[in-house]
Amino acid sequence: MNIRIIGNYVGQALRVEWLFMIPALILSLVFCEWYSAIGFAVTVAALVLVSVGLSRVKVEERTIYTREGFVIVALSWISMSLFGALPFFIIGAIPNYIDCIFETVSGFTTTGASILRDVEAMPRSLLYWRSFTNWLGGMGAIVFLLAISPKEKTKGSLRILRAESPGPIVGKLVPKIRSTALLLYKIYIALTVLEMIMLIAGGMPVFESVCHAFSTAGTGGFSVKNASIGAYDSDYIQIVIGVFMLLFGINFNVFYLLLIRKIKQALFNQELRLYLGIAAFSTAAITINTLSMFDNVGEALKHGFFQVSSIMTTTGFATTDFNLWPEFSKCLLVVLMILGACAGSTAGGIKMARLLILLKSFRNTIQRMIHPRSVKIIKIDGEVTEESTVREVTVFMTAYVMIFGASILAVSLDNFDFETTATAVVATLNNIGPGLGQVGPTGNFADFSIFSKIVLSLDMLIGRLEIFPMLMLAAPSMWKREK
Amino acid sequence: MKIVIAGDGKVGYTLSEQLSKEGHDIVVIDSNPQVLQEVLDTLDVMVVNGNAASLEAQKKAGVETSDLVIAATSSDEINLLCCVLARKLGCKHTISRVRNPEYIEQVQFLREEFGLSMTINPELAAAREIFRLIQFPSFLKRDSFAKGRVELVELKVGEESALANKQLDQIHEVFKTRALVCAVEREEKVYIPNGNFTLRAGDKITVTAPRSSLAIMLKNLKETNYKIHSVMMIGGGRIAEYLSEDLIGSGVAVKIVEKDEARCIELAEKLPGAIIINGDGSKQELLIEEGIKSTDAVITLTDFDEENLIISMFADYIGAPKTITKINRTEYSHLFKDRGIGSVVSPKQLTAHEIIRYVRAMGNTSGGAVRTLHRIVDEKAEALEFEAVGTTRNLGIPLMKLKLKEDILIACINRRGKVIIPKGSDTIEEKDIVVVVTNAERTIYDLNDIFADETKEA
Repeated sequence: MNIRIIGNYVGQALRVEWLFMIPALILSLVFCEWYSAIGFAVTVAALVLVSVGLSRVKVEERTIYTREGFVIVALSWISMSLFGALPFFIIGAIPNYIDCIFETVSGFTTTGASILRDVEAMPRSLLYWRSFTNWLGGMGAIVFLLAISPKEKTKGSLRILRAESPGPIVGKLVPKIRSTALLLYKIYIALTVLEMIMLIAGGMPVFESVCHAFSTAGTGGFSVKNASIGAYDSDYIQIVIGVFMLLFGINFNVFYLLLIRKIKQALFNQELRLYLGIAAFSTAAITINTLSMFDNVGEALKHGFFQVSSIMTTTGFATTDFNLWPEFSKCLLVVLMILGACAGSTAGGIKMARLLILLKSFRNTIQRMIHPRSVKIIKIDGEVTEESTVREVTVFMTAYVMIFGASILAVSLDNFDFETTATAVVATLNNIGPGLGQVGPTGNFADFSIFSKIVLSLDMLIGRLEIFPMLMLAAPSMWKREK
Repeated sequence: MKIVIAGDGKVGYTLSEQLSKEGHDIVVIDSNPQVLQEVLDTLDVMVVNGNAASLEAQKKAGVETSDLVIAATSSDEINLLCCVLARKLGCKHTISRVRNPEYIEQVQFLREEFGLSMTINPELAAAREIFRLIQFPSFLKRDSFAKGRVELVELKVGEESALANKQLDQIHEVFKTRALVCAVEREEKVYIPNGNFTLRAGDKITVTAPRSSLAIMLKNLKETNYKIHSVMMIGGGRIAEYLSEDLIGSGVAVKIVEKDEARCIELAEKLPGAIIINGDGSKQELLIEEGIKSTDAVITLTDFDEENLIISMFADYIGAPKTITKINRTEYSHLFKDRGIGSVVSPKQLTAHEIIRYVRAMGNTSGGAVRTLHRIVDEKAEALEFEAVGTTRNLGIPLMKLKLKEDILIACINRRGKVIIPKGSDTIEEKDIVVVVTNAERTIYDLNDIFADETKEA
C-alpha cells in the first residue's frame, strides 16, 4: 500500500474543499452572518493547514493501483465530510457533532436526508454550503481534481475515476483522463446554470434558485424550504425542477454523444430507454392510483411525475406528502428508490445499467435451463458485456443485500416501526433522502440515536461510492504489510 | 494531436506510452480485450476493441478526425489495409509497419500507391544499428546525424583510461581531434555537462564527433580499433537475415545458429555466403564446438530476452571481444548494465524513435522541424537534429552570448557539409544543421525551444 500517494491525494481533495468553501465564506459576509463567517473562516484555515501539510508528503512511487484508487476515494470522502461538518458545529447551528457529520455526509453523498427540524431558521450561508455539498458530491470532488490538475504525472489515475464514478463500467469519453473529467464538469456546470436561469425566470428568488439548482444537479435534494419544492405554488417551477431531476439522472455519456451530434447513438441507448420507460410507467401507475386524492388528472399527473422523477433519480425533493398516498404508490416508490437512475449520472441506487445486466443474465439463465447446451452472451448496445462484469454486478447485489439487512438490524435498535426503519436504510443507502413513515417527506432523521446516525452515515457513503471502496477500507488484509 | 495506434503489441505499446507522455490524444485499437485492459490501466489513452482494418473499429476510434494513424499489428497485410482505409476516411498521415523481408523491395511502391507517409521495419532498423556497431566495436552505441557526417558514440571510461579524472575543458589534450562530450551517465543519473565537469572511471560518456575523427579519437584513447572479421549470430530471425546480407556484402564471415530446421533451409537458400548451423544456441557445447571462442563478435538474436542475455554473458565470460544483445523488454535493462552484455539493441525502441521524430516534425509549424531523433544513455537523454531556418531566433549571435535552457547543449553544427564542433565564438546561421542534446524530460519540437530568453517575435 502506497500510503504517501494516498495522503497526497487526500490533501488535494481537501484543497478542493477549501477552495469551494471560500464562496460560502464570502456569502456569509455579504449576508452579514458574522457567526457563520467565523465558522467558515476557521474551517478554511484548518483545511489549508491540513492540506498544505499533506502536500508536503513526498511521493516517490507515482502509480495508483486499484486498491490505492479505492482507498484514496474512500478516505477523501470521509475526511471531506469530517471537515465539511465543522461550520455547522463551530457556530452551534447544529449542536451535536455527529448530527453535523450526518448532515454533511448526507450532502456530499447527494442523499439529502436531514436532521434539521426547521431548515428556514438556518443562516443562509450555511444553507448555501449545504446545497453546494450536494453539487460537489454529485460529480465527485476527485473527478474535479482530475479535471483541474495540470499535466498528469501519476500513472493509473483512471482507477480513481472508476472508484468515484457510479456504474458497473466506467469508460472515458475522450482519450485523455483530464479532458474527460473536464468535459463531464463542463456539461454538469452548463446544465446547472441553465436550471438556475430557468428557475429565476420562473420567479424564484435568486438565492433559492442557486441552492435548488445545486441540489437538483447533484440529485441531492437539500431544500432551503421546510416544505421543499411544495413551498412554491407554481406549476412552472415544479415542472422545471421535475424535468431537470430527470435529466441529471441520465448517463452523461448521452449528453456527450448529443454534443458531438451522434444523436442516433445517444437516443438508442438501451439504458436510457429502460430508464425513461420505467419512469413513464411509474408516473402513469401512480397517477391512476392517486387520482382520487387530487382535484383533477392534471394535478395528479404533475405530482405523480415530480415524485417519480425525484425518487427515481434519488434526489428526494417533494411537492406533496407521499407518505399519505395509497399503499401501492408508496411501494412503487420504494422499488424506484432501490433501482435508482442511470450509471454515469449523479444519481444513486443500484442503477439502470446493473438492472439491465441482471435482467439479461436472468433471461440467459432461464434459457440455459431450457437448452442446457446453448451458448449465451450478454450484449448491451451491441457491445458484449464481459463475463467478469456480470460477475461483479452479481457480487455487488449480494453485498448490497447484506449491507441492507445488517443496517436494518442495527437501526431497529431504536425501536421505530418497520416502515420507518426499513425506508430510513433504503433512503440513505440509495442516497435519496426522505423515506416513509417518520422519515417521510415532512419528517426528518433527528430522532434517531447517535449509533443509528453513524450507521446511516456509513450507509450513505457506501451507497455513493458503490460499496467496494468503503468495504476495502475495512478489510484488514488491505492494511497488512506484505512481507 | 489525435493519433490512432492499431495493434497493441511491443511497438504499439511503446508508442502509446511515449506519445501520450508527449501530450497527444491516443486511441489504441486491438482485437484482444485483455491487452487493451492492461494499456487502459497503465496509460492515459482510450481503447477500441476490434479488427483495426475494419471500418467499424476505425469509425469507433474516430479515424476520420485523427491526424495520424500508425498501424503496428503483427500482420503486414492488416497494417496496409488499415492505412488504406484510414486514408479513404480522410486521415492525412498514415504510418504502417511492413516487416516481411519479401516485401522489402516493393516498400517504395507501396508507399506511393497507398499514400503512406512512412513505413517502418523494426527488424531492418535493428539490423542497420547492429551493422554500424560492428564497424566500430569499441563503442557501446553509435548514432549518426547529418546524413552520416556526424557521429554520436557512447563509450565507457575505463580505470586506466586517459579520460579518467580529466576536466572537460582540457579533454582536447586527450582526443587531439574535434570532439565534444555531450552527456555523461554516472550511477544511473544523466548529466549534460559543462566545461567544469570532471570525468571519473566508470562513467559512460556520449561523444559527438565528425565521422572522420572517430578513428583518430580511438587511437588517442589507446583503445585499438580492432576490426571484426567474423561474427556468430544466435537465432536466425529476420534481423539475422537483414544483417547477414549487409555483413557478407562488406566481407565479414557470418555464422548463424538456428534451432528450427525449416528456417535453416530457408536461410541457406537466401544467404549462400553464410554458414548456417542447425542447433540449439543455448547449449554451451554447441557454441564452443562452433567456435564461439575464436569469433570476433557474438550477436544474440533469439526471440527470448532471457536466452539472449545468458548467451551474451557466456560469450563475454569466455572472452568474445564484442557482444551485441537484442532485448525486447527494456524495462529490466538497467539490471543487466555492466553485466557483460555489451551493446544492447531494441527493435521496438528504434522504431518508436523514428515515429516520435515524425510526430514531432508534424507538430512543428515554423518549418525547422526535427530531422532525426535518437534517444541516448538508456533513453534518459535525447539528441535531436534541426535545420535552422529564417524564423530561428538568435541567428549569427556567438553561442557564448546565448542563454540556453537548463540541460541543453549544442553538440554540433553542420554548415554546408562542414562539421563544426562548436566553441563559444561560433554562431548558428540560416540553413545550418544543428544537433542538440537534452535530457529526455523536456520535449523539444523546434530549434527555438532551446533558447531560454522568451523573445516576442517567436
